[in-house]
Amino acid sequence: MSALKIKKGATSHSAYNLRPNYSDTVERHTLAVLVENEPGVLARVIGLFSGRGYNIDSLTVAEVDHLGHRSRITIVTSGTPQIIEQIKAQLGRIVDVHKVNDLTVEGPSVERELALFKVAGKGENRIEAVRLADIFRANVVDSTLESFVFEITGTPEKIDAFAELMQPLGLQEIARTGVAALSRGAV
Amino acid sequence: MTKAMTGAKMVVQALIDQGVEVVFGYPGGAVLPIYDEIFQQNSITHVLVRHEQGAVHAAEGYARSTGKPGVALVTSGPGATNAVTGLTDALLDSIPLIVLTGQVPTFMIGSDAFQEADTVGITRPCTKHNWLVKETDQLAATLHEAFHVATSGRPGPVLIDIPKDVQFATGTYTQAKQVETHYNPQVKGDMDAITELAKAMETAKRPVFYTGGGVINSGPAASQLLRELVAATGFPITSTLMGLGCYPASGDNWLGMLGMHGLYEANMAMHDCDLMINIGARFDDRITGRLDAFSPGSKKAHIDIDASSINKVIHVDIPILGDVAHVLEDLLNVWKARGRKTDKEGLSNWWDQINEWRNVKCLDYKQDSKIIKPQYALQRLEELTKKHDRYITTEVGQHQMWAAQYLGFEDPNRWMTSGGLGTMGYGFPASIGVQMAHPDALVINVAGEASWLMNMQELGTAMQYKLPVKQFILNNERLGMVRQWQQLLHGERYSSSWSESLPDFVKLAEAFGAKGIQCHDPDTLDDAIMEMITYDGPVLFDCLVEKHENCFPMIPSGKAHNEMLLGDDSTEGAIQGAGEALV
Ligand SMILES: Cc1ncc(C[n+]2csc(CCOP(=O)(O)OP(=O)(O)O)c2C)c(N)n1
Ligand SMILES: [Mg+2]
Repeated sequence: MSALKIKKGATSHSAYNLRPNYSDTVERHTLAVLVENEPGVLARVIGLFSGRGYNIDSLTVAEVDHLGHRSRITIVTSGTPQIIEQIKAQLGRIVDVHKVNDLTVEGPSVERELALFKVAGKGENRIEAVRLADIFRANVVDSTLESFVFEITGTPEKIDAFAELMQPLGLQEIARTGVAALSRGAV
Repeated sequence: MTKAMTGAKMVVQALIDQGVEVVFGYPGGAVLPIYDEIFQQNSITHVLVRHEQGAVHAAEGYARSTGKPGVALVTSGPGATNAVTGLTDALLDSIPLIVLTGQVPTFMIGSDAFQEADTVGITRPCTKHNWLVKETDQLAATLHEAFHVATSGRPGPVLIDIPKDVQFATGTYTQAKQVETHYNPQVKGDMDAITELAKAMETAKRPVFYTGGGVINSGPAASQLLRELVAATGFPITSTLMGLGCYPASGDNWLGMLGMHGLYEANMAMHDCDLMINIGARFDDRITGRLDAFSPGSKKAHIDIDASSINKVIHVDIPILGDVAHVLEDLLNVWKARGRKTDKEGLSNWWDQINEWRNVKCLDYKQDSKIIKPQYALQRLEELTKKHDRYITTEVGQHQMWAAQYLGFEDPNRWMTSGGLGTMGYGFPASIGVQMAHPDALVINVAGEASWLMNMQELGTAMQYKLPVKQFILNNERLGMVRQWQQLLHGERYSSSWSESLPDFVKLAEAFGAKGIQCHDPDTLDDAIMEMITYDGPVLFDCLVEKHENCFPMIPSGKAHNEMLLGDDSTEGAIQGAGEALV
């Protein structure tokens, strides 16, 4: 009765890898999640990502409406289109979540991140660091005879680029806030 | 009207206001104020279980058999951790539960106090939602909100952690109707999508309804509408383990359960259909088998209240987000208004094909005159109990699958089983919960000897509350389902799948004051079952069955629906390669 003629290797190793692939292209999406500012809500969101094996590239959270008791979590994640849809649906069913917006697909949006860079060096390196900082519109927020702390705002890519340039010039530490994002135009 | 009262009193008041009649629980230091309030009232019956896992499963049985939320009350620390399995079980099967846990006083939280556990942390991933209430003024509102969340949208278990000082302190009681909530899931389906489905139904040549637990969760109206839809269209219908009873097993269009141990005709119909209408099921891996070979030629519609269930594993063509009853009502109206059309000729050919599959008689088994075959035991149980006002619970294993195959369910809410989590030890406490809700009904737990032992302490509960639950144990002296997989997958190396050192179940029953019956002879089985049914009290029925019977049909993990194993002859070398790694 049973025609068990399955090619070896036709199936992968776990039941969960047997998903048909709609598209294999991994996309990067920025999600804005408006949540009730309750204790545990961040743990719930992070637990969802770790529990279901989704990626978090960046995550920021802060209260945005004190009276309305709302916080905004901005998550940059990556996955295939199907996974991204799942992530949004899973976020949407958390009881404390009011709204999930996918800024990547809902029209143009702006993304900014703030970072602080500690760069220590002498002579030519020190001069070069300040020159590059100027080009990147980074501000000096602290300086000693051996070091600077630069403050830079921009897209994550711009900050990555700045980090690469600072590397040979005595980069010691970086602190990044993660991405804040808003859609363009009036809502 | 607002009233001042202690937090402990608020708990009881809120339960009364929410219409709760029964609470399953177990006391301890951190819930003593609440137990004190329970002592001083008569509206709510408290059932003292013998283990907190039992309390949660009993609440599940109560909920599943009534359509109302189940309530459990346990203490902090070990009480709460013992509840975790039940919570996870209820989450996977979408059972509405309210679990109340005591917690150490707020000023001691975080100090590793006696019986302190991070209960909201531990249960966050296994509840639909949970709360730690730090102020008595918030307690009543949170309790009311908890009922709302547990029962709205896709139902599920919620937990409220209540520190002891919050129980002692006095605050203002908030009435249920004063509570504002932003949680209001959409119940009406999109009319365009519903119309698209109605159109697809008009032209389908090989349609099938694939129904699940969502139909039962949606309430009796959903089952009623489903029956009307099936009768009006003449389409065949199958169901998952969780959906049994939403369409009557005696109905003409019933194909039986589908899935890993589902019926041949049901799985073949799923594989070959051209229109699959998923109503409140979730394309679980026990149902789909190998995904890339799952019903390759069909257009798929999916009605579900949970957006995350749609397109999760299977891409569907017509997604309809909404409550089953609401959507079915609209679907019926649209389809009728459009002229009640179906492809009569296509359907008639489809039924011819289905009847051919039915003729395979996939549930046939080799009868034996000396040994009770487990299938035979269930056929006799069905025959002798089907006319009763009957509720069935099960444990987990082969016996569970045989029960799903050989027992017939005519109505929803009559079948309580652990589907998603597959929790051994679920059935006995669940039967207690069911019997509490339906005191005069015949409640039977179809059990395996190994599963039953996992929560056997609840025999004390059954005795104390005079609950005449019947424990029908198909005793094969094996962890049968494990043994079956070892036979088929692991070269017959039966590693730890023998149930050794089993108790004498008759004596065990008697030790608790219950009745024990043992039967090993097919000829005396009927009489023994009748004795069980007519006995007024809990019965432990030790039915000694064939030890090495396998449960068929079976779709091995990683195989497609049309690659079913139908019996022992077909199993040789059936499962190899990548399928081995699947669960
Ligand atoms: C709590 C728990 N532990 C382990 C398992 C794995 N498991 C599934 S079926 C089974 C054997 C069940 O034996 P029994 O209750 O005697 O039922 P049978 O299969 O023999 O009918 C086991 C160990 C489980 N489902 N649940
Ligand atoms: Mg067994």
